[in-house]
Amino acid sequence: MDPTTQIDRLESAARHDAKPLIEARGVAKIYTVGEQTVRALDGVSLSIHLGEFVAIMGPSGSGKSTMMNLIGALDVPTTGAMVLDGRDVATLDSDALANLRNRTIGFVFQQFNLLPRTTALRQVMLPLLYAHPRPPDAEAMARHRLEQVGLKDRMDHVPSQLSGGQQQRVAIARALVNNPKLLLADEPTGALDSKTSEEIMALFCTLNTEGITVVVVTHEPDVAEYAKRRVLFRDGHVVEDVSQAGYMGRAAE
Amino acid sequence: MNVFDSLGIALTALRANTLRSILTTLGIIIGVASVIVMVAVGTGARSEVDRQIASLGSNMLVVFPGSTRVGGRAGGAGTRLPLSERDMQALRESIPGVVAVSGLLQGSGPVIYGNANWTTSLMGIHDQFNEVRDWQVVEGREFTANEVKTAARVALVGKTVVDKIFNGGDPIGATIRVLNVPFQVVGVLDSKGQNSFGRDQDDVVMLPMSAARGRIVGRSRLVNDNVGNIHVKFDASTDLSEAQEQIETLLRQRRKIKAGAEDDFNVRNLSEFMRARTSALTTMGWLLAATSAISLIVGGIGIMNIMLVSVTERTREIGLRMAVGGRRRDILMQFLVEAVALCLLGGLIGVSIGVATAAGVALSAQWPIVIAPNAIMMALGAAALTGVVFGFFPARRAAHLNPIDALRTE
Ligand SMILES: Nc1ncnc2c1ncn2[C@@H]1O[C@H](COP(=O)(O)OP(=O)(O)OP(=O)(O)O)[C@@H](O)[C@H]1O
Ligand SMILES: [Mg+2]
Repeated sequence: MDPTTQIDRLESAARHDAKPLIEARGVAKIYTVGEQTVRALDGVSLSIHLGEFVAIMGPSGSGKSTMMNLIGALDVPTTGAMVLDGRDVATLDSDALANLRNRTIGFVFQQFNLLPRTTALRQVMLPLLYAHPRPPDAEAMARHRLEQVGLKDRMDHVPSQLSGGQQQRVAIARALVNNPKLLLADEPTGALDSKTSEEIMALFCTLNTEGITVVVVTHEPDVAEYAKRRVLFRDGHVVEDVSQAGYMGRAAE
Repeated sequence: MNVFDSLGIALTALRANTLRSILTTLGIIIGVASVIVMVAVGTGARSEVDRQIASLGSNMLVVFPGSTRVGGRAGGAGTRLPLSERDMQALRESIPGVVAVSGLLQGSGPVIYGNANWTTSLMGIHDQFNEVRDWQVVEGREFTANEVKTAARVALVGKTVVDKIFNGGDPIGATIRVLNVPFQVVGVLDSKGQNSFGRDQDDVVMLPMSAARGRIVGRSRLVNDNVGNIHVKFDASTDLSEAQEQIETLLRQRRKIKAGAEDDFNVRNLSEFMRARTSALTTMGWLLAATSAISLIVGGIGIMNIMLVSVTERTREIGLRMAVGGRRRDILMQFLVEAVALCLLGGLIGVSIGVATAAGVALSAQWPIVIAPNAIMMALGAAALTGVVFGFFPARRAAHLNPIDALRTE
């Protein structure tokens, strides 16, 4: 199938889907440090549908990471409702949240967060070890994802034997291994040079064409160009939310 | 995540810090080793004591001349009134349940056969001695009553003496010179090994009481029918403490001891005496048990400490595991398994050290080496339990970390 028609189909499906994959309703996250209260998020409402490719931008301290952590079910809002895949996280206990993170969400971090002394293959298998029921072909699934991110020859390498870009690709393979609906990446290219960044973003685009919803936090406008929707945060508020052509390559061609 | 996955993670983590892991388990190592040694030494000593009690002969009382103070030894050897053949006869006739009676005179002297010369312990006995002491003759025969009566020059020899002077030849019928008097060997005694003081009981030559008297005991102590001490064997149904009282009453009469005066002899149940000594062993056992318990507790605290360090060091890892779907119980299990694996590692080292020590003790004390498999299981179980108890708090702390806080840790 032509990728463009597939995307258009997914996009139209997303627009008409009554239930968004992610729905934040008046979400606030308030931290108290000593006497001071920090409103990291201050009444954010945001819906992201299946198949979207969203770039979140904004100045440092504007609440982007805080928002990503809420979307990723790593944290819960102070007030407001966070609905992920149709379920309000406030109603979920720690096991259910773990399960949600395991099945629905793949998270990629700026600092990769790989386990030391653990081979790429085992890193990627990790989410499958925590899956219930555990897939019987976990190793094959992990190998497949590593091949997909171009690390066919690095399966048995430990992080200290991999370049930064390769490490990030291991992390992406790990995020993808359980076939999540949603791939979250908080400054995935922040620690990488521009060429490697492009490769990583190209990979995200490919994944998006395959139907995975992608949300990327970035400071770099170039990187944001890949996305088809751009959300701008400032002081814990969404100040801009626009659609754009996206996939840079597609626009350039 | 199942236990095997957790075990794999635990072993990887422990291998990353091999030296630290081993040092941490020192308390466990000591605790487990002392459990093994405690059980092995206790069992070995008890079986040794049982063997010695059996080698004394069962259902037996021994009458010694001379008085004892409480807990003291026989005193005033020179002035004491000896026990005689007539005392033996009286015991045989008036104490119920008596099966066999024998006197026993002890001394030592050279035994010569051909060119071989060997100084050994000498015993003067009556014909029933072998029965009284359950000390069989394995070759040849025991003394007859007539040989004892007629002071026949016959002898029974122990295994060690056979080895020392016969050099592989047949001792039965051979003539040996004991204290320069020729005796004909009529029997070889069953081997009894060491007694409780470590003396070789097989290094012995037995002579009829009548032939020995005046030879193996100094002449000055020779009183016409002195029999040394008297061994009395009772049938199995006899109450030995009752028999002991009857013997005391009888001998006080015979020796005309006034009411209120101290006995100038004493009657002992040697098995009881030996058993009393085992209670000292039991006390030692309890001390070792306390040592192992304390070591395990101290070791457990060491484990708890290192596990807390480990949780702190690996906070980000914990956060990551949670981020990819690890539940609290998975994290709890991981760290609990790690603590138990650490303790079992220490336990295994402790078992090897303990077994080696127990074997060493048994060898030097010439006990049988008793390593009970259930003692090993018990020790490893105690180590594992220590891991669970002291690993729980750190594991719980890890499991209750907030994923986002854990991920953000530097
Ligand atoms: N655990 C916390 N405790 C207290 N304050 C916090 C905590 N986490 C975040 N904040 C505050 O919340 C605000 C938003 O932080 P956040 O990490 O979301 O910013 P960001 O947009 O991701 O910034 P950057 O682009 O630098 O990563 C900041 O002012 C930060 O100081
Ligand atoms: Mg951030």
